[in-house]
Amino acid sequence: MQLTLEFGGGLELLCDSVKIHNVNVEPQAEGKKLTMKHLLSWVRTNLIKERPEMFMKGDTVRPGVLVLVNDCDWELSGQLETVLEEKDIVVFISTLHGG
Amino acid sequence: MASEVVDATAPKPRGGRFCTVCNERRAALKRPKTLEQICKECFYAVFEDEIHRVIVDNHLFKPGERIAIGASGGKDSTVLAYVLSELNIRHGYGLDLFLLSIDEGITGYRDDSLETVKRNEIQYGLPLQVVSYKELYGWTMDEIVKLIGLKNNCTFCGVFRRQALDRGAALLKVDKLVTGHNADDIAETVLLNILRGDIARLSRCTSITTGEDGPIPRCKPFKCSSVFNLLIDSFEVGPLTCSSRIYSPNAYRGFAREFIKDLERIRPRAILDIIKSGEDFRISTSTKMPEQGNCERCGYISSQKWCKACVLLEGLNRGLPKLGIGRTRGLNNERNKDMKATNGTKALQSKQCGTLDF
Repeated sequence: MQLTLEFGGGLELLCDSVKIHNVNVEPQAEGKKLTMKHLLSWVRTNLIKERPEMFMKGDTVRPGVLVLVNDCDWELSGQLETVLEEKDIVVFISTLHGG
Repeated sequence: MASEVVDATAPKPRGGRFCTVCNERRAALKRPKTLEQICKECFYAVFEDEIHRVIVDNHLFKPGERIAIGASGGKDSTVLAYVLSELNIRHGYGLDLFLLSIDEGITGYRDDSLETVKRNEIQYGLPLQVVSYKELYGWTMDEIVKLIGLKNNCTFCGVFRRQALDRGAALLKVDKLVTGHNADDIAETVLLNILRGDIARLSRCTSITTGEDGPIPRCKPFKCSSVFNLLIDSFEVGPLTCSSRIYSPNAYRGFAREFIKDLERIRPRAILDIIKSGEDFRISTSTKMPEQGNCERCGYISSQKWCKACVLLEGLNRGLPKLGIGRTRGLNNERNKDMKATNGTKALQSKQCGTLDF
C-alpha cells in the first residue's frame, strides 16, 4: 500500500533528515487492514535511524508528537486503530520544545 | 473476503464528523480546552479571536507602541508574528511591529530558522533585527561548547538568550517585547519553579506581562493557548525543537516538558490547571523575597550582585567555565576578592556584557 509519510518539527533528524518518505507498507496479514498501530512499528523498524525513544513511547508515539492522517488529527480517527488506505498522507510533528 | 472489501468501503471512522462551529467542513482537530471538534479554518478564526480577547482584556498594548516580537523561527514565534500582524491590521491596534532574532552562533542550527524569520520579515512586512551572541558577549555557542562540553551548556544559552532579547529590544527602542511562550511553556516553568523552590519566580512566571516596572516589559499573549498544531503544519517553520537543539541532550527542562505532555494525554486540561495553580499560589507576606536590584557590572536586572550572564562570562573569560553553574553563592560572596583580581589584570578579553542603557 502506497503511503506518504512526513516528519517535521525535528523528527526528520531521526530519519536521516529526510522529511518526506514515499513508502510501501503492507498490512500484517493478507486480507487485514493496515492500522496506525502497525504503521508505527513499521516506521520504527524501517525509517527511524536513531533515538527511537524520541519518536515512540510504549506502542504509541511519544506524548507531544502530533499525528495527522490526511490533515486530520488522529485523535478524531481513532488513534492507533485508525485504518489507513491507499495514498493516505500521514504527518508526524514533534511539538516538544518548539520555540 | 468479498464482505471484507465491502466493510472497507463502508463509512470510514475518520472524516465522518463535521466541524461543530461551521458545520460545513470536516473536523480536523479537537480543541483541548473545549474538546470541540473543529476544522482548520474555524480553528484559525477561533484562535485569532482568542488572542484578540487576551490582548484586549489584559490591555497588553496601547496605540502607537513599538513592539518587538521575539522571533526564533520556531512554530510559536512564527505563529505569533502572523497573528499579531494580522490582528494589528484587522482591529487597528496601531502598533509598530518588529521582529527580533538572536543568533547564538551554533553552526547549522540557526541557519534554517533564520531563513524562516527572514521569510516572515517579507511575508508580514515586519523589519527584522538579528543580534548575535558574538556581538553581545564575545562568544558564540560553538566556542562555549568547545570549552565546556555538552553538559550544562543550556545554562549559558538560556541565560544569554534572555538578556540578548532585552538588549536587542533596547537597540530597537521598543516599548514592549512579546514572546511566543505558550501554555505548555508556562506550565513547565511553574513546575520547575516549584521543584527549585524558587518562590520569587513562581510568583511572577504566570503573569501575562512581566517587568512592567523595568525598562522593557515582556508579554506572552499565548500564555493560555495550547495547541496550534495545525498552524505549525501550515506554516513553514524551522526545525526548532530542543530535540534538534544539538547542544542540549541533557536539558533539565525536557523532563518537565515530557511529564506535562504525559499529563496532557491523560487529561488535556491539566496544562491550564497547572497554570491556574501557579497563578493562585499565594506567598505569605512575611516571606522574605530576594530584592531585585541591578547587576553591578552591566546594569541588567539581577537579584544578586552580578547578573547570571556576567557570572557565566566571568567563568568563560577566566577559563573556569563551571563557575556559575549550580550555586552562584560562592562567586557573589567572594566578589570583592574577585573584583580586585580581575580589575587589576585586565584579563577580560571579551566585551563586558553591556554598554546599553536600559
